[in-house]
Amino acid sequence: MRRVVKALLFLFLIASPAWAIDSFQLPEDPQLLARYQALSEEFRCLVCQNQNLADSNAELAKDLKIELVELLQAGKNDEQIREFLVARYGDFVLYRPPVNSATAFLWLAPLIAVSVLGLVVLMLWRRGRQTETATANDEQVAAALADLKKQKNS
Amino acid sequence: MKRFILPFVFLAGLVTLLAAGLGLNPREVPSPLIGKPVPEFTLPTLADPEFRVSDRDLKGQPYLFNVWASWCPTCYQEHPLLMQLAERGVNIVGLNIEDERADAIAVLEKGGDPYRVVLVDYDGRSRIDWGVIATPETFLVDANGVIQYKHTGAITWQDWAEVIAPKYQQLLTGAPRG
Repeated sequence: MRRVVKALLFLFLIASPAWAIDSFQLPEDPQLLARYQALSEEFRCLVCQNQNLADSNAELAKDLKIELVELLQAGKNDEQIREFLVARYGDFVLYRPPVNSATAFLWLAPLIAVSVLGLVVLMLWRRGRQTETATANDEQVAAALADLKKQKNS
Repeated sequence: MKRFILPFVFLAGLVTLLAAGLGLNPREVPSPLIGKPVPEFTLPTLADPEFRVSDRDLKGQPYLFNVWASWCPTCYQEHPLLMQLAERGVNIVGLNIEDERADAIAVLEKGGDPYRVVLVDYDGRSRIDWGVIATPETFLVDANGVIQYKHTGAITWQDWAEVIAPKYQQLLTGAPRG
């Protein structure tokens, strides 16, 4: 039994994560290659949607990566490449969407959520304090009543 | 009892929002190309690789631009509808992508050919210009070569009757303009 466990653990150790293998020519210039890698992680693979281009093996992702290499080699800058993709696939291709009227809610939502939370906490805190004073009042009333009773009895 | 109203309203709102989100198709990404001229292309046809058709050749009358592939099951599902539309005289142009010429021709020989012409784009260049994500996708293009509408996935008869046919009719009666 222990042997099996050991063997399994060993398997886990040697299993390396599977990377998407790019079957096309990557830029040889290290600077272009670095930009290629940065950009391919920035764009969404629209077929698989929750992967970026770098991670995806889908046909579209492959075509887009080839396009990316060619745009880089044609001397386009990062901004021009982003514009090229957004013009065809819309803001959805970007993992970091720009702020505009369509995405305003997306960007504001965390702020709204935190404000609502803050408001709730504030309300609860104030209610807590009111209960405390109420309790204090109750104690005073009880003491006064006790006093009255004593006076009556005496 | 009153203190439950606010959390309940909040919860109901959240559930409604999430339920609406579940009902959306994540593939239906709005196309930034609507209202813009079709991307420029010169592509070989499926029938004759030597013969090339450009975007300018297609101007003059509105058409459906249907992107398909022989290995795509949803395209098979859509095929009979395209056949019937073609019989009614709807002008359909095909774009065959990520495919093998022989496979694509075999599909049309078996199931019928609803296309006025089928263009091939096997290096994926033009499909990127059209912003195509996955087959089938269909664009409605007017007589001036401007993209008016995009449908993602197989067209159903309901889609055709309620959305696409009225738009196509409108383009037909309006054409040719300018």
